[in-house]
Amino acid sequence: MSAEPNSAFRYISRKRRTKEDHRFLAGNGRYVADIALPRMLHVALVASPYPAAHILSIDASAALALPGVKAVVTGDELASGTDALASGLDIPKVRRYPLAVGTARYVGEWVAAVVAESRALAEDAAELVEVEYEPLPSVSDPEAALDPSSPPVHADHGSNLLYRRKFVWGPVDEDFAAAEHRIEFRARWNRNATVPIETFGVVASWDPTAQLLDVWASIQMPKFPDQLAKALRLPGNGVRVHFDVDVGGSYGVKRGIKHSVLAGYLARRLGRPVRLIEDRLENMRGGDAHGPDRIFDMAVAFDSSGIIRSLRIRALDDVGAHAGRAPFQLGKPIGAIVGPYRIASVEYEAISVTTNKTPQEAVRGFGQSPTNFALESAVDRVARHLGIDRIELRRRNLIRHDEFPYTIPSGSTYDSGDYHAVLDKALAAGGYEDLVRRRDAAREAGKIAGVGIACCLEPSGGNSAFEPLFNPKNETTTWMDSCSIKVDLYGGIVAMMGTSSSGQGHETLVSTVVGEVLGRDPETIRVVHSDSLSALPSNSPVGSRMAIMLGGAAAGAAKKLKATITAIGAHRLGVAPEAAEYRDGDVMLASDPGRRLTFDQIVEIAHRKFHELPPGLEPGLQSAHVMEVPTGGTLPTADGRVQMYPCYAFEAHVVYLEIDRITGKVAIGRYAVGHDCGTMINPDIVHGMTYGGIAHGIGAALYERFAYDGEGQLLSGSFMDYLIPSSHEVPDITIADHCTPSPLTSFGQKGSGEAGYLGAPAAIAGAVNDALAPLGLSLTELPMTPGVLGDLIAGAG
Amino acid sequence: MSQHEITFTVNGESQSATVAARLTLVDFLRDALRLTGTHAGCEHGVCGACSVLLDGVPVRSCLTLAVQADGSEIVTVEGLAPEPGTLGILQDSFWETHALQCGFCTSGMLIASHALLAANASPTEDEIREAIGGNLCRCTGYKQIVDAIALAAERLRGSNLPAKEAADDER
Ligand code: FES
Ligand code: FES
Repeated sequence: MSAEPNSAFRYISRKRRTKEDHRFLAGNGRYVADIALPRMLHVALVASPYPAAHILSIDASAALALPGVKAVVTGDELASGTDALASGLDIPKVRRYPLAVGTARYVGEWVAAVVAESRALAEDAAELVEVEYEPLPSVSDPEAALDPSSPPVHADHGSNLLYRRKFVWGPVDEDFAAAEHRIEFRARWNRNATVPIETFGVVASWDPTAQLLDVWASIQMPKFPDQLAKALRLPGNGVRVHFDVDVGGSYGVKRGIKHSVLAGYLARRLGRPVRLIEDRLENMRGGDAHGPDRIFDMAVAFDSSGIIRSLRIRALDDVGAHAGRAPFQLGKPIGAIVGPYRIASVEYEAISVTTNKTPQEAVRGFGQSPTNFALESAVDRVARHLGIDRIELRRRNLIRHDEFPYTIPSGSTYDSGDYHAVLDKALAAGGYEDLVRRRDAAREAGKIAGVGIACCLEPSGGNSAFEPLFNPKNETTTWMDSCSIKVDLYGGIVAMMGTSSSGQGHETLVSTVVGEVLGRDPETIRVVHSDSLSALPSNSPVGSRMAIMLGGAAAGAAKKLKATITAIGAHRLGVAPEAAEYRDGDVMLASDPGRRLTFDQIVEIAHRKFHELPPGLEPGLQSAHVMEVPTGGTLPTADGRVQMYPCYAFEAHVVYLEIDRITGKVAIGRYAVGHDCGTMINPDIVHGMTYGGIAHGIGAALYERFAYDGEGQLLSGSFMDYLIPSSHEVPDITIADHCTPSPLTSFGQKGSGEAGYLGAPAAIAGAVNDALAPLGLSLTELPMTPGVLGDLIAGAG
Repeated sequence: MSQHEITFTVNGESQSATVAARLTLVDFLRDALRLTGTHAGCEHGVCGACSVLLDGVPVRSCLTLAVQADGSEIVTVEGLAPEPGTLGILQDSFWETHALQCGFCTSGMLIASHALLAANASPTEDEIREAIGGNLCRCTGYKQIVDAIALAAERLRGSNLPAKEAADDER
């Protein structure tokens, strides 16, 4: 698994300890719950017990009578003092506020907020709030929601349909007609999410003299400060979000905009700092952080040789009771809708509906992992249908190394890759031949055993092209990120980023990149998370983008700084900048390296000796770079073709597992993955995210589900029922690295924040189906829990 | 709400306090003592983020009441390092293998593995996985944590002290 360090680099791709780990290991992280402000008040929430109900009255008198209780705020009050939260689609009648206004739309929806001197008191008081409800008919199944006669979750909107569009890219009908074979099947991805160990939290404090709201939040959200200000009817510069809060895991979901609007409103109204930290139940039920809940109807057209000609995909997604950005999770996969395969035409019908369930939020991969699961299920089924080996079938369809850049029917161009090589590495790392023998021996011994294979892409670089694609009123074509650098009077380097981090190691990323470009030891470079008033624009660490975008911005800023240092040195040496050479901060004559200025001398000139600066140069030593997404900047075509993300990482998974015949429990005996994300800035970080992504994928495939009963009640609101894999369920994992640099990025890097998760559910589902095949069984629904598998196997007798 | 006087030792320092009967140990440590290195992840005893050593044994401070700590010796993550700014061998091994990402589960992982190494100088991979089996990590997939604990065990053995003392020595 050890990558050959790329010898072109001094710091990049090398084994280096991270900048962040030290403080966490000392117990010195600074998470939102660690922030305690003087006179701070605490919030507890009153939640709806009904999936749908009119709120007839709220009686807070008993709660308010408790000493120490400061306020009970309802949705009606909030709706008069704030604007509705932003929605991605053009659906003005689907309004969402932090608290239910008039109607509760899912079990757990916050109906009232209780503010008190302590959280315990607030919880006591919340129990005393009396809410009178009139239950309404509800809907919790996405197909039922699609039926026009279903009760609309938002009555004003008139139906549960939020979005429906059928894209046709290429001659789908002709390709289906001409193909020798066709199969159809349904794949079901049930609700799960990333469920970080830290719940969402926010602290807000209002300064009435400065007219400024200070916010600390465990946030990972693009345009969070802007949306917060807008909903609170404040100017953008009336909100200061502090990005130096350590976020205890997110993987997409930490977008507590409703929590933050609520806390901000309360802080202003009460004139005291307010803290809202979700407890686990508030998080699971009312935190609005569930993930995709999707039904795929797949049709595949292919030839006897195994060449896949065309796909028809109908994806019906249940976003829960409110929209937010969730419908866009049907849009992002358009950028890799054929996976790593040469498939000439595709029809994709994307349908988004509301139901009376907890709202959906962005989850690692933004809809890509469910899509990859459906695609890989299709490939396995084609192989089985034709009796062709699964790996051979993939080899026949994978895009070849010499075909890049490769444009897929939906308009995205894949930058680079060597899929066959990575698949081979994965098979070698997993010991594929041995696994097959082991499986066959296990079967001989009466066990249920299978091997799974999955190939998939990780689109990376986090553009937001799905916004204009799904909402023509939205003309967003940039999703920039930034970095600024300054060198102080004594040569200390500080780099600044404008977003918070949730474990991705951005301080390590920035210091490594800046160190590489400037030839300065990353150890000596300080990286700070600034705040939204002082930061340059950022779109936060979404869409596997930071290695590309923050890394690119840091490289851009460092290159500008390097040019400035070179210019100062050359001027002082009396030569043109082209005649000077920059080396590790010093500047020397290219022809006579003995004639040089040291870094310290140049810093001194920049800070003190204006008379020695080249004409036209600003004093001081600083730079900034705002980076546009590579390949960004264009709107979709009328037929819905667009370059979604710039870079495409590839992974190939190999897994061996056995299923207990009685309990249905799966034991994973071997897991290997071949991974190519171009140049790795820090291999330990990339590997860590990949291991973690696979663990998360194991959860999605086998254990995790936000299950609802027929009445719309959530059945898995705690860690007793929502099962997160532990060190017992996650096996030892082998990673085989491969590096095909991206031609579009500063060092050839691609994204890796979603690695592992994008292919693990598909690979495990493939292995389970391989194991079930001798019993004549198959299953294309996740999660494949012990209960589901045990019943299925028992049913087969 | 009844109030109780308790006396205890935290990270080697003896203290006393008056606490409400219903106050959990995790809230007491975090809010009253401002030892915020211990985290609350689930508050129902599953995730292990809140683990502390109570008389040498890892306990879930979310399921322990502050009054139960009366007369006992508590060690939190802040007490694992020999002195401020430094790290013990176990912590340093976590850094070396990058056994964390967001850091939220980390103090619990350190507590669980500290207790393991105090009892077992040469744990197998299975024993390591067993020891941290009650601590959930959503970031790492556990691999680099298992590597870190194995590395720490090796280093501690190399430090030529009996395992118990070496592990204790770290704090
Ligand atoms: S917070 Fe105590 S076990 Fe989760
Ligand atoms: S490091 Fe984030 S939960 Fe373990």
